[in-house]
Amino acid sequence: MDLDLLSNILYAMVRTGTPLLLVALGELLCEKSGVLNLGQEGMMLFGAVIGFIVALSSGSLWLGVLLAIVAGMLLALLFAAVALGFNANQVATGLALTIFGVGLSTFVGAAWVGKPLAGFEPIAIPLLSEIPLLGRMLFAQDALVYLSFALFAGVAWLLLKSRIGLIIQAVGENPDAASAMGLPVLRVRTLAVLFGGAMAGLAGGYLSLAYTPMWAENMSAGRGWIALALVVFASWRVLRVLLGAYLFGLASILHLVAQGIGLSIPANLLAMLPYLATIVVLVLLSRDALKTRLFAPLSLGQPWQPGH
Amino acid sequence: MQNNTRKPLLRALVAALGFSAVLGAAAADPLKVGFVYIGPIGDHGWTYQHEQGRQLVMEKLGAQVETSYVENVPEGADAERVIRNMAKGGFDLIFTTSFGYMNPTLKVAKQFPKVTFEHATGYKQANNLATYLSRSYEGRYVGGFLAARMTKSKKIGYVASFPIPEVIRDINAIQLALDKYNPGSEIKVVWVNSWFDPGKESDAANALIDQGVDVVFQHTDSPAPIQTAERRGVYSVGYASDMAHFGPKAVLTSIVNDWGPHYVKSTQAVLDGNWASQDFWGGLAEDTIQLPISDLVPAAVKTEAQQIIADIKSGKFHPFTGPIKDQSGALKIAAGVVASNTDLASMNYYVENVKAELPK
Repeated sequence: MDLDLLSNILYAMVRTGTPLLLVALGELLCEKSGVLNLGQEGMMLFGAVIGFIVALSSGSLWLGVLLAIVAGMLLALLFAAVALGFNANQVATGLALTIFGVGLSTFVGAAWVGKPLAGFEPIAIPLLSEIPLLGRMLFAQDALVYLSFALFAGVAWLLLKSRIGLIIQAVGENPDAASAMGLPVLRVRTLAVLFGGAMAGLAGGYLSLAYTPMWAENMSAGRGWIALALVVFASWRVLRVLLGAYLFGLASILHLVAQGIGLSIPANLLAMLPYLATIVVLVLLSRDALKTRLFAPLSLGQPWQPGH
Repeated sequence: MQNNTRKPLLRALVAALGFSAVLGAAAADPLKVGFVYIGPIGDHGWTYQHEQGRQLVMEKLGAQVETSYVENVPEGADAERVIRNMAKGGFDLIFTTSFGYMNPTLKVAKQFPKVTFEHATGYKQANNLATYLSRSYEGRYVGGFLAARMTKSKKIGYVASFPIPEVIRDINAIQLALDKYNPGSEIKVVWVNSWFDPGKESDAANALIDQGVDVVFQHTDSPAPIQTAERRGVYSVGYASDMAHFGPKAVLTSIVNDWGPHYVKSTQAVLDGNWASQDFWGGLAEDTIQLPISDLVPAAVKTEAQQIIADIKSGKFHPFTGPIKDQSGALKIAAGVVASNTDLASMNYYVENVKAELPK
């Protein structure tokens, strides 16, 4: 293994992990506030198709990104209205949102299939990108990857250092107590859901504008679900979400790279790795019921209404 | 009590059913034709081309037929359920369009002897189950020739889906062309274990290009590998549909599948009552495959390629003409012998000069 190859692997790892990171950060915040939104895949696809259409018709990639975010938020608003406003079952609402998002994106995007787009190109930062091994991975990515670094830092700060983070977690752990303290539980949860939608929409935009700049039905190919598993995998810790996303990215490109250089590792086994890892972590976590409860926001997935 | 309430209901049901049957017979019954797709019709690749075929059936046969499709059907248990539902739902002719639907289609075909089935790319037939496939290896061979002429690194990449005969055959065809037109060139294969995942396909193409590959082939269904080749400044060969506009500086040619004529012919045969089970192989000669060659290819090379195409069409040349040895050096097809369809349909070995290892 030479340095060039390692540098390429690390570069691809971050590229592949980025959509997972974006969705998982959004879902993390959402779940911290006590809301489980399984609609990630749907919001992602809707973001992807809207971002692509807008970028192609306006000629502005950034306008596409912006509208991808708005598209994700629109679907998230729908989720918030049904699951928070009308107190519907969150699991069922989330699943319905995914099905709706997949169908809607297919419908909206039908006329946009098979159209090429010049997407975001990598921007190599002078000098820094020359650093051996880590240079390409950190400083030769496209603009949306840089944005994902910033968003990670933002979410980490929000959850670990800010007062807002404390409020979100108070609402997620014990909405009754939070409400008694005068915190606007439903408003906090709605904002968290909207943030989750924005991140999923952005992840979709990353897919259709940077990662593989095109629109194809179902192009997220299950990444929304992996991101959901990732939040559990990370036991709701923000740094672990980052590590987990890149680990998944690494696992999913490693078998491609291994084949490319002619290593005879069974490809099927390597392709299974990310999923195997999730199952192992889930089993380890759930082995100790107390531990799971310590990590998961206490009121996760439970409907709540003020005043009773 | 219970009996009394049930019987009228039953009677009403029977009456309703009988009534609708009469109604159905009264209107000139259109032939119901169903299509089962592996991917989304918007993949701009494999499934897209089948959908074009369905459109042609509707255009040519109009009111005589009524068609519908189910997309994104995973291979396996789901497929069987979808196919059985179609058979139960009164479809007269059902096309199942992915290799992995082979056993489910056969199973359902046995249970519904009056329904006609056609399965793409498989090798199991029955009285009411025909198979059809495209000789995509003919296109790969010509693509392999172009790659042999255009490569500088002598390394050709292949983004592959699953190790089934169709894919292995196509990889072999490219290696045979490389052996003949640029000896010493090798093909590198990366399996992505999926028919459709643009992200993964693009990652695989990147991994290959990182290894010095300068022509990328694909046996997956999205244009992502081509886009990646375009970005990285290497050549590529598209598959299933014409993907040139995704990589104007990359695509040498695309192996385009045109299923329409076959679908129209088969549907017409069922309408006329003279459909018979068969194993249809459509290639360049039948226009099931088309090869739009790009102007990136120098005129002299293009002329040479056209000659190979003409020779394949006329039967003067077959890419799999012996002697062909497998990787261990064992003779698989004797000197001067042309591989039979059976040989091709069950091909489960790499030819001699493929350096990669076949996944088990």
